[in-house]
Order: sequence, then C-alpha cells, then structure tokens
Amino acid sequence: MCYLFRGGEGEHLSGQNALTAFNDAVLPHFDAAYNLARWLARNDQDAQDVVQEACLRAFKYWKGDCGSRCRSWLLAIVRNTYYSWIREQSGQPELTEDGKMDDVEDGSPSPERSTLQNADRDLLKAALEDLSAELREAFTLREIEGLSYKEIAEISGVPIGTVMSRISRARKRLQIYLMSMTVA
Amino acid sequence: MTCKETESLIDAYVDGELDSARSVAFEMHMNECSSCLTHVSNLQDLSSAIRNGSLRYKAPPQLKRNVQAALRAAHPETRSSILYWRWASVLASAVLLVALTWTVATRQTIRSEESVLVNEIVSSHVRSLMLNHVADVPSSDSHTVKPWFGGKINYSPPTKDLAQQGFPLVGGRLDYLDNRPVAALVYQRRLHFINLFVWPSDSGSMKEEVLTRQGYNLIHWTQSGMTYWLVSDLNLMELSDCARLLKE
Repeated sequence: MCYLFRGGEGEHLSGQNALTAFNDAVLPHFDAAYNLARWLARNDQDAQDVVQEACLRAFKYWKGDCGSRCRSWLLAIVRNTYYSWIREQSGQPELTEDGKMDDVEDGSPSPERSTLQNADRDLLKAALEDLSAELREAFTLREIEGLSYKEIAEISGVPIGTVMSRISRARKRLQIYLMSMTVA
Repeated sequence: MTCKETESLIDAYVDGELDSARSVAFEMHMNECSSCLTHVSNLQDLSSAIRNGSLRYKAPPQLKRNVQAALRAAHPETRSSILYWRWASVLASAVLLVALTWTVATRQTIRSEESVLVNEIVSSHVRSLMLNHVADVPSSDSHTVKPWFGGKINYSPPTKDLAQQGFPLVGGRLDYLDNRPVAALVYQRRLHFINLFVWPSDSGSMKEEVLTRQGYNLIHWTQSGMTYWLVSDLNLMELSDCARLLKE
C-alpha cells in the first residue's frame, strides 16, 4: 500500500523527501489512528475528518523523526484533534467524569458466563459506544489497540492511576450494560 | 492480600500491569477466595469477548488517498506537474491491477494451504489431550527436553522454561505436521494445556497472527528462521502473554 501513498510524483522534488519520511513513519499506524477516531466519534464520516485533520497537524509538527513512539505520538494528535473538533461543534468543552463519584457500587456485577459468550459484535459495540468519551478512549486503546497503561497515559496526557481508574470504571459499566441488555 | 486490596488491583492484574511480587500475592489470594477468582474470570471473559469481537476498525482505502492529497495540497512544495501526475497515476493503476491479481491468486492458494495446516494443528492438540499422551518426554527441565529431540528431528527447538511466569513446561513430544516430523513442547496454565509446535521455516520473520478454530485459540509467528504455532483452549489474553514470553 505504501507506494500508493508516495504516489509517483518523483522524489527529487523539494518537500517530497519530508513527505516520504513522514509516510514511512506514520502510515504503519494509520489504521490505529482511524480506529481511535472511529471509536471516539462513533461514526465513519466524522472519524475520517478527524484523521485527515490530525494527519495535517502531524505533518505540520513533523520534525523528521518520531523514533519508536510514532504510534503514541500520532494517537495523541488524533485524540486532541477530536476533542478540539468537539469543542468547536458544541462551543463548550466535553464534560469530564474524572473525580466524579462513581455511580457503581463497590464489588462488581457478575454477569452470567453465557451473557458474555452470547454477546455479539453489535451488542458489544453498542455497550462501548454507551461509555463516556474518556472511558471509551482508555478502554478501546487498552482492549482493542492492546496498549499498556503507560502508553495510554502518554496519549491521553493523564497519570497512569487515572488510566487504571478509567479502565476499571469502563469495565464495570460494560458489565452492567451487557447484563441489562441480556436480561431485558 | 485482602479482598479490598485485590479489588483495587484487579484491573491491573487482568491487564498484566502488576509487578511480579504483587501478581504472586494476588494469585495467592485468589487460591483462597472464590469470589475474587470469579470476579477475575468475569473480567477476563469480558476482555476476550471484546478482543474476539472484531471491533477494530480499519481505515477505508480512500481515506488514505484523501489524506495524501490533502498533505500535498497543504504543502505546495510537494506538488508536482499535473502532466507527470497523470502519467504516473495511469502507470500506478496498471501496476496495482497486476499486483492485485497476483496477490489474490497466490493468497488464495496460501490461505487454503494454511487452513489445512490449522486444522491439522488443532487436531494434533486435541489428540494429545484425548490419548492422555501429552508428552513423550515428561519433564519440566528444559535441559532434559531439548537433548531428547536430538536425533529425532534435524533441528533443535528452543525449549524455554516459563515456570516463573506461570507457564510451567510439562514436556516434549514428537508430532507430525505439514508433512514432516515436528517438535511439540507442552506448557501448562492452571488446568489448560498449551501445545507449541516448532519447525524451521524458510520464510522471513512474520508478525503474529491470531486465529480461533473450534473454540481453540491459535497464535502463529515466525522468528529467526523458525515457525511457531501456539494452540490451547486458554483465553486469548493469557495465550498472548505466553507467546510474548516465548518470543523474548
């Protein structure tokens, strides 16, 4: 796929080398970028806009190298692009849930094993989309993208403890959601 | 460790983020406390459901093209003459068409060969459990298992002991896959057996591929000239941990 990206324009042109280097470093993470944008925006068109805008920003900040942290770097830009886009849309910052008392009681709901085994893709997707943006962000980066707490903390710009608490709350809510949907 | 402490660390445990000391303390607590054990397995089930739920979105191909066009438009110095671009795009389409045809044709052959192999691997795994013949050389000592293969196959499989990390080596076995005798190493996680099939491969390094067949999870990768197939009824998350440890 990569050669498509570089196009056939000829690499002798000034600026072309920078774009080639940018593509080599960033494109392997293009799907990860779209996946995050898609889960945050919850629809394809907005996700595409966010990724396009994020890539333009990324190329603007591009210093020729992002080392081994290209994925985290790009995902952080995607995330920030999404939140600033949301702010422009609504004219106010997205509500944050951190620090709010959890409405989930101590102990954990224990859905029947069969609840999870029968949960199909649509149900899981609906459950994830029902989470608040920050829980969805932390949880999808962990479970779908497979990132460590440390990487998520870097991307989201919050302490590791906050990442852990978001993931924990996301799991509790998902369990409650899945239980209510399968019992009902 | 108490239930309350366990509760606060449970997500970190499930995500493999606890250091080994706390991990061990956590597991010791779980051995005695069935409610914490249930709680953990519920979270693990949730994780596997999410991971197996095909929930990862792939970027649409036209998005990649749009982004490239936008990048070039935003940075005019990267733009080139229209004529050149037209010729290049005609050429690129032709190349793409040839490449696609070739890829589809070869991939189909590779796919069907691979799926036969996957079935063979799952059958081998199931057979080893059914016949109660998991290992020809039952030993947790990698220095006993490794030499045992000498003379039976023409390569020396890596026999890593992962007892410290919770995947004790059970032994080794000679098996027959992909039309050749291969080394099978058997590991255990709680009550689950894990078969690791290893044989030399001439294809280059390959990143991990994850498959599920008949309820068994399989992880396949190629590294340093050896191809590896890990198969078990263990949940995908722990099996991935096992694969990661084997690769280290």
